[in-house]
Amino acid sequence: MPLLSRLYVRTALIHLLVGFTLGALLLSHKGVFIDAWLWRLRPVHIELLLVGWTLQLAMGVAFWILPRWWQPPKRGNVIGAWLAFFLINLGIWLVIVGMWTAVAPLILAGRVLEATAVVTFAHHAWQRVVGRDG
Amino acid sequence: MPAVTRFFIKTSLLYLIATLLTGILLAANYLWELGGILRGVTPLYFHLFMVGWVTQLIFGVVFWMFPRHTPDKPRGSERLGWLTYGLLNAGLLLRVVGEPLLAHQQPGTEWGWLLVVSAVLQWGAGLCFFANTWPRVKPGPRHRRRKA
Repeated sequence: MPLLSRLYVRTALIHLLVGFTLGALLLSHKGVFIDAWLWRLRPVHIELLLVGWTLQLAMGVAFWILPRWWQPPKRGNVIGAWLAFFLINLGIWLVIVGMWTAVAPLILAGRVLEATAVVTFAHHAWQRVVGRDG
Repeated sequence: MPAVTRFFIKTSLLYLIATLLTGILLAANYLWELGGILRGVTPLYFHLFMVGWVTQLIFGVVFWMFPRHTPDKPRGSERLGWLTYGLLNAGLLLRVVGEPLLAHQQPGTEWGWLLVVSAVLQWGAGLCFFANTWPRVKPGPRHRRRKA
């Protein structure tokens, strides 16, 4: 597994752990009232698990297993994939802080970064979606 | 494909079917107002999909396909794999029972505590999956050779 995939997958695993912990708190709170402010964690729980875990894991695994070229550089131009890693994580945390503090421009900025991350990743992955003949 | 992965994937397919059937019920409820029985089912619908189908499928495939842990224990701890499967499904099934029942009661009743147990079990599954997967996120033999 290449370094970039390891970064994606490990970051995804951390988001999974934090997202599951918040989910467990929310579900427990639904069963036995703990504190009303816990409901504010709900959008954070969703963001962490949908984008931080599922999407990020998919990107990391895709970078690892999509077809490689016969000649170096085996994974083609990887700048877009690297850029996507930083953009998506910055985006996730801007969205989370924006949701937590109810600052709409932060959420918007985070969503723009997430969308840009997906575009730069798609730009990288596009060249690798090929048959055996390249 | 190891046995625990087969269990993960087949169970995830059953949850996918259950999710879509629940979706049909929720859609029918808009048309014919099936009554209070569907109260509390909407969050369940999302979690059947995201935990029962998506997460469970991912857990199974990761256990199967990720780089080998060691030559004698290629998939890490089989026990942790099974524990993840058991905790995740026991937790989710308790939620399937507890959440609609709680919708008709106040938090803190016995059905409420069922949700707490469900939460702890699912959290435990996440922890077991994390513990077994983290050490397997490493360079494959090709990358290690290149480094050497």
